[in-house]
Amino acid sequence: MNRSPYVTSAPSVSMIMVKVMLALVPGIVAYVWVFGAGILVMLSLASLTALAAEALMLKLRNRPIKPFLMDGSALLTAWLLALSLPPLAPWWLVVVGTFFAIVIAKQLYGGLGYNPFNPAMVGYAVLLISFPVIMTHWPAPLELAQAKLSFETQLQFIFGNSSGLSLDAVSMATPLDYLKTQLTLHHSVQEITVAPQFGLLGAKGGELVVSAYLLGGLYLLQQRLITWHLPVAFLGVLALMSGAFYLVDATHFTHPLFHLFTGASMLGAFFIITDPVSGPTTPKGKLFFAAGIAVLTYLIRVYGGYPDGVAFSVLLMNMCVPLIDAWTQPRVFGHQK
Amino acid sequence: MLTAVYVMLGLALVLGVLLGYSALKFKVEGDPLVARIDAILPQTQCGQCGFPGCKPYATAIAAGEADINQCPPGGDAGARALADLMGMEYKPLNAEHGLPKPKSVALIDENTCIGCTLCIQACPVDAILGAAKHMHTIIASECTGCELCLAPCPVDCITMEPIAESPDNWKWRYPVFEIKPASPASSSQTGKRH
Amino acid sequence: MSSLLNIVKQNFGSRTIAVNGGVHPPEHKQESTKQPIGHLALPKRLVLPLRQHVGNLPKVLVNVGDKVLKGQLLAEAEGNISAAIHAPTSGTVVAIEDALIPHPSGLPDHCITIDVDGKDEWIAHCSTDWRKQDKTQLLESLRDSGIVGLGGAAFPTQVKLRTNAKSHVDTLVINAAECEPYITCDDMLMRERADQILKGVEIAQHLLGAKQCLIGIEDNKPEAAEAMRLACLNSPLAKLVTLKVVVVPTQYPSGDARQLIRLLTGIEVPADKRSTDVGLQCFNVATLLALHRYFDFGEPSLSRIVTITGNVKTPANFEVLFGTPVTELVKAGGGVLADTDDYIMGGPMMGFSLPSIDVPITKAANCIIASAPNLFAPAPPAMPCIRCARCADVCPVSLQPQELYWFSKSSNLEKARDYNLFDCIECGCCTYACPSNIPLVQYYRFAKSEIIAQDRAKESADLARERNEFRLMRIEREKQERAEKHAQKAVGAKAEVAKPEVGSTIEAIDDAAMAAKKAAIAAAIERAKAQKATTTPQNVSDTKPTVEAEIAEINARREAAKQAVNKQAGDNIGSKQDEK
Repeated sequence: MNRSPYVTSAPSVSMIMVKVMLALVPGIVAYVWVFGAGILVMLSLASLTALAAEALMLKLRNRPIKPFLMDGSALLTAWLLALSLPPLAPWWLVVVGTFFAIVIAKQLYGGLGYNPFNPAMVGYAVLLISFPVIMTHWPAPLELAQAKLSFETQLQFIFGNSSGLSLDAVSMATPLDYLKTQLTLHHSVQEITVAPQFGLLGAKGGELVVSAYLLGGLYLLQQRLITWHLPVAFLGVLALMSGAFYLVDATHFTHPLFHLFTGASMLGAFFIITDPVSGPTTPKGKLFFAAGIAVLTYLIRVYGGYPDGVAFSVLLMNMCVPLIDAWTQPRVFGHQK
Repeated sequence: MLTAVYVMLGLALVLGVLLGYSALKFKVEGDPLVARIDAILPQTQCGQCGFPGCKPYATAIAAGEADINQCPPGGDAGARALADLMGMEYKPLNAEHGLPKPKSVALIDENTCIGCTLCIQACPVDAILGAAKHMHTIIASECTGCELCLAPCPVDCITMEPIAESPDNWKWRYPVFEIKPASPASSSQTGKRH
Repeated sequence: MSSLLNIVKQNFGSRTIAVNGGVHPPEHKQESTKQPIGHLALPKRLVLPLRQHVGNLPKVLVNVGDKVLKGQLLAEAEGNISAAIHAPTSGTVVAIEDALIPHPSGLPDHCITIDVDGKDEWIAHCSTDWRKQDKTQLLESLRDSGIVGLGGAAFPTQVKLRTNAKSHVDTLVINAAECEPYITCDDMLMRERADQILKGVEIAQHLLGAKQCLIGIEDNKPEAAEAMRLACLNSPLAKLVTLKVVVVPTQYPSGDARQLIRLLTGIEVPADKRSTDVGLQCFNVATLLALHRYFDFGEPSLSRIVTITGNVKTPANFEVLFGTPVTELVKAGGGVLADTDDYIMGGPMMGFSLPSIDVPITKAANCIIASAPNLFAPAPPAMPCIRCARCADVCPVSLQPQELYWFSKSSNLEKARDYNLFDCIECGCCTYACPSNIPLVQYYRFAKSEIIAQDRAKESADLARERNEFRLMRIEREKQERAEKHAQKAVGAKAEVAKPEVGSTIEAIDDAAMAAKKAAIAAAIERAKAQKATTTPQNVSDTKPTVEAEIAEINARREAAKQAVNKQAGDNIGSKQDEK
């Protein structure tokens, strides 16, 4: 009988998810422009798999299906995962990754709101470890491609029976990947960055996509869907750390802007680390969380075995979230500490 | 190889001395386990568990002579708390010892009381005020509802009155809401009934 | 480091800082401020609950059938924290029994029901020269004034006006914020009676010895602020102490006492202390006006301004006598529109649904909102918590509502208490901001109830343990004393005559005494049984059939009335069980 307060103002969960997906649209448009429309197929595959997997799990767990499917969280996970994968990966890669993300990393922990790890990153990590070759074969941007990639060709790559063209012919090492391998061959950064895949700030073509993600992120900030703590802390610490290394030794460490505009930095800063369920809840905690991810990402990029470290850093920091929350409880009104 | 053995022996000695010293220095008087069990028991002193009071029952549990599910006034929550404390599996209450009843307070019918003091002697917490050939009355705030006074009364003048819910002791209920309506008819009610 | 920052903030930060967090729901105040305060016609019946305040129930002084005059003391304050009840108008006391009260439980409570005779005759009353009288005498007299906090907390005012060596008051904060949407009773009071409020401030300042009086008002009440400013200029108090109106930004819940204190003075009252421990006291404007009416006119607390708004034809404010049924107020508001589904007492953030429209207006009732689905849509079903922490962002007390939710949900009450559950003021900001529509405040209320009940049970269990241990010790002691006495007697008897049967003689004497006692008990039992059989009402057997019929009818009516009250209470409890 009593349900005070009787008024509410908040946007619903599905509204929040829809707006986040809206913020991804500029990035997707840029992606299609740079790499072709294959990504749209990946996104559709991922979305379908996500919804189907979630519906199946909800049915098995005897939960109401409609409200949970409509809340858009599975779709968002699917999109983030699809955008992290190489666009010409086989269709089963996307399906397996999304299935894993939704079923294992989300539903088996209890569904919406109960997963301790970021589901998209779990899916990505599983795929990266299980299928390393496919996961590191990124196609070159359309302008740099040696062969012209029509939409049909892309479909053929995704669904099999590629007409003679092998993936090697169209793929090109990403700047981060190229940088890592060349540095071990004792070339200096200046020599490396003249390679064709390096653009103004980051990867040629790729930096366009990353800038679009940045735009989307600013939209999220303006809509107050995320607070400034996570993106600012992540980008700030990443820039600081890479800047410090760069200042010490510019021949072996790249410019900080390079790190900000390559890989999953922007996507991560605004869309991945801001996942509320697996992240910390206190403002100070968010700063530590993002800083930790930035440090780990940089270390993995420079000293680790993988070209980009955002996924693993996120998962590692997800493990620390309960501790971060417990240690950064804000001062309660009227209490000393 | 020999150094490893010596190192291990040395460590064992040091730690042993430390532990022994702490055991002596920080020794707690009395058996804290009994006190901790007693702290969980509701102190009704009713004897339904088969022991003459809560402290003897606590002692028996600590000694392993009694089971943790013999206390009806403690209810389900008490059995779970005892299971947690003793590190045992939770067991539902043993119906042989009685079932939980709503909390009641004894009431003496003053028209019938003959002033025999038998109930006063029976009350385990001295909650009955009175003297020989004088009116007896229950001090309601002290009564634990153990019902031990009912039997000795020769004129059957004591009854148990359940404590009614009043705005004073009313508790907010656990919020229950439906995610999916049970039936189309009740779906219109769903949102309102929080 | 953070404490250093706090000190810096307190001393150098701006005075009118905003509420930490908080929300700004649509205000809906314009609807009910179009007309001046109205007066209701005298109702036919007034139902006065005894429990209209925090603290002990007052002791009833009248009996059924007594004629009472307006302002007459019906129940006097009992104990340290208690308040009196007066007759709001003249009439006859027709019942002192359980009746339905405005309480979220829907349970009935003890009430004094008065049949109004319509004459509105005052009892003899006169003003007090409070400037000259002794302060302790004034506070004593306040016990019989019935004045409690009229901002909704209903705390007996005489307790708040006490000062002693330990607690002193430097700053008097006057709460004119009225931060909840829809409620405008304080707004209208200030617009029309600002001078009287200031006279009340004078009295409070005199009793507390405060050196400055700050009136905190939200910026959505410009007319009221202007009226108060004017009254401050005209008040003789302005020459004695600092007296000013401070306008604070409109943000819910700036009207919470501790929040307002922080807004006006920058001081955060520590959670484990009272505001008087840091030299502050806070009163609502209506309470101060009541003080003025009591001391300067001799009128005890008999009525208050109540807003009737929402789904009614003409929302407005009225001066309502305590005990007036809500139906009268709704009628005065022009009656409700057809789609009204509920009545809320209080505001939309912290109010509760009334069990029935037949409940009386009490000292804590500041607003009645008629609710309709288009005004307050039914809440959508709750989704799981996504840990977005919007609730934490808006919590004015800087709690972590999502943690408290997880703990309350799983009944992990100890952890909930550790995370400062009892600092929660139940303002509802967290639920307002939750995207998953989780009824957060309901969880906290449940957890708080459970913890309080558990604490009470633990206290009484500890007491029971003590009494049991004492009893066991007493029995031991008596046994020992008896053994000693026997031993002494045995020694004494041995000294006289060395007879081995001494012990048995004493035992025989004991046995004889026992037997005599048993015989006496048996005789008493017989007498009691005989008495039970004979003491039957004399005039029930061999009565005329007409008399018997009358008696049967009266009994039936009594039963029916009891059933009705029980049924209503049962309905409410039953409906709650349906929810379960």
